[in-house]
Amino acid sequence: MLDTLMLSRMQFAVNISFHILFPTITIALCWFVFFFKLRFDQTKNPIWMRAYRFWVKVLALTFALGVVSGITMSFQFGTNWPGYMETVGNIAGPLLGYEVLTAFFLEATFLGIMLFGIHRVPSKVHTFAALMVALGTTLSAFWILALDSWMQTPAGYELRDGVVHAIDWWAVIFNPSFPYRLAHMLVASGLTASFLVAGLSAYRMLQGDTKQAPKLALKAALIVAAILAPTQAFLGDLHGLNTLEHQPQKVAAMEGVWHTETGAPLLLFAVPDEKNKTNHFEIGLPNMASLILTHDMNGEIKGLNEFENNHPPVAPVFYGFRVMVGLGVLMWATAWFAFYQLSKQKTLPKRTLRWIHWMTFSGWFATLAGWYVTEIGRQPWLATGILKTIDAVTPVAPANVGLSLTLYIVVYVFLLAAYVHTLHLMARRSSLVEEFEPSLAGPHAVHHTGAA
Amino acid sequence: MFSAEVLPVIFVGLMGLAVVVYAILDGYDLGVGILLPMNEAQESDRDTMIASIGPFWDANETWLVLAIGLLLIAFPAAHSLIMMHLYLPVAFMLIGLIMRGVAFDFRAKAAIDHKLAWDRAFKIGSILTAMMQGYMLGQYVVGFHTDLSSVLFSILSALGVTAAYAYIGACWLIMKTEENLQGYAIKWARMCGRITFAGVVLVSLVNPLVNPGVFDRWFTFPLVMFITLIPAMCFFAFIFNDILLARLPKHNDRHCWLPFIMVAGIFILCFSALAFSFFPYIVPGKMTIWSAASATESLSFILWGALIVVPVILSYTLFSYKVFYGKATELHYH
Repeated sequence: MLDTLMLSRMQFAVNISFHILFPTITIALCWFVFFFKLRFDQTKNPIWMRAYRFWVKVLALTFALGVVSGITMSFQFGTNWPGYMETVGNIAGPLLGYEVLTAFFLEATFLGIMLFGIHRVPSKVHTFAALMVALGTTLSAFWILALDSWMQTPAGYELRDGVVHAIDWWAVIFNPSFPYRLAHMLVASGLTASFLVAGLSAYRMLQGDTKQAPKLALKAALIVAAILAPTQAFLGDLHGLNTLEHQPQKVAAMEGVWHTETGAPLLLFAVPDEKNKTNHFEIGLPNMASLILTHDMNGEIKGLNEFENNHPPVAPVFYGFRVMVGLGVLMWATAWFAFYQLSKQKTLPKRTLRWIHWMTFSGWFATLAGWYVTEIGRQPWLATGILKTIDAVTPVAPANVGLSLTLYIVVYVFLLAAYVHTLHLMARRSSLVEEFEPSLAGPHAVHHTGAA
Repeated sequence: MFSAEVLPVIFVGLMGLAVVVYAILDGYDLGVGILLPMNEAQESDRDTMIASIGPFWDANETWLVLAIGLLLIAFPAAHSLIMMHLYLPVAFMLIGLIMRGVAFDFRAKAAIDHKLAWDRAFKIGSILTAMMQGYMLGQYVVGFHTDLSSVLFSILSALGVTAAYAYIGACWLIMKTEENLQGYAIKWARMCGRITFAGVVLVSLVNPLVNPGVFDRWFTFPLVMFITLIPAMCFFAFIFNDILLARLPKHNDRHCWLPFIMVAGIFILCFSALAFSFFPYIVPGKMTIWSAASATESLSFILWGALIVVPVILSYTLFSYKVFYGKATELHYH
């Protein structure tokens, strides 16, 4: 029988995994949509308006899912982890508070104007609303990642009677891992959104949609992805070095290093064995892990043996890391290959379009895998060196947590299926819509008609 | 700058503001969901009703996040205690909020034959949310006891809050709609107004009976002379609104906005009465705002931000209501 601790951890994992899917898209999709609207303002080319129209609908749906699952998150701390706020509330409270005050209201209010106000406010005000929404989502990422990074690498605080008190807010916010994590997550969002835009646009073209808007959106998304993919590899490397400095036990788990060694190999695959503290079926590149992490072929990497009873479970961290990096490489290759084909031939062959459609949600998997690496990699600590996860859990009966967890899983599985299904439905439907708004482009611009 | 004595008072004030703004704003959009007519013929009415709250619901729900956030930030000990006692109602409320929030967007984008199902999810989600909030209010008042009479009282409170949200939702619709739908809204408002009135009377009677401290607070001379103004004003607001509703709609749609203002006033009065009953307790009879408060330096840090940001939030919220001023019939989704 599962206890309240395990059930609460599962519930938190389910809630936050479901939640993060949507902000990961919206943080960057807001900027895409703002860009489409801005290009329309500048060029008056109605194709940009069509691209805007389609993607703002995707944004609205994604945003709604992010909002409702985010409300759930705001209750989780109190319902399942009372020890969290009692110990680190003096830090977590203000950071969450600033997120609500500076980000949530901004994005929610201006989203209303953006979605419903296009004919009610001047075009410039509407574009400004789109900018405010994008700014709001990015600010939200700023605050929540400041808090998450502080839990990973706490700074600017002191303990009085077992309770954390802030002594330097600047150090709290700009704690050692924050800049790396923020950059890594923002770029992850950029990649996730660009593959979504590219994937659904490719799907529209595969459905026989010959209009300009999906082609334009596909090209814009591929350019963004082609730039961001190598950037992400670079940022990820910096983030890894930062983790090695501050949380070496996490890196040891990521690399599957059980005993401190020099000239450690880069394991491409292995099956970690927690019981016997070793790996099976290792396939590795000799000396490469040492080279990457210490910039020295024979550099020393601390093994898990140095962190007895104080390191995370190895398998999920080890596999999660490989899934994230593998997908990242695949996304990079896809973006460059498709961009190369596009610049050669002006149009993509069906096979490439089909592949890009397959990759539509690749960013989701990579982002989740990355979050599992860093959050499971933080265990057994909730806030590193301050509070253990086991000491923060609620005394609520396991049956209650089991019931709420079951309800959440049922609702989330259903909503996820509905979301993916509806995005494709919207894409299919958009091929029936006229290419140009007659009112915007004049009567002669209508060259592709269908049921509106 | 601010002392450890004063900061909790300021924060409980801010939290009260967030709760009452939430009850009014999300109250009307939950109310619209509760009132949604489900027969197939009324699809266009449903479209108009949902369009009337379209630009606002998301920001309205943010006030809940702010209220719960302020409780979490300023009074973490109380937050833990309350959330622990209300574990299941909170979970059910969240499921309700999720259902209605997503149904709102899916209904506009799903296949035509699924639209009715999403509308149903919207209505059920709204009712579930309102009922759970009312149940939690009841539980809060009776000190989280779960004996039979306390649970019965909490269930009555759930019905009362649901009626109150439907009441303010109907008044919102009177302001935002025309013709037939406005006619329905006026009928709904009269009916829900009377049920709400009964609910408010009931809670007002039970509250001092189960909480001795509350009885003393309300019936101590000479304060009783002054403070009975609150229930008196509330009583007259209900009566006045009932008479007003009987006379609507007027020529040129005059006074169509007045019932909404009256109900918002009733909400503010009821909340003030509750706040007066319990202050300075944040958990009735168990925990005061001072014993539950966070560290002074954390409260100061967030207060400075709040003092700057809250007026900005209020001003762009007003801007948004100004942009969407008028009837909802012409609001379209773009």
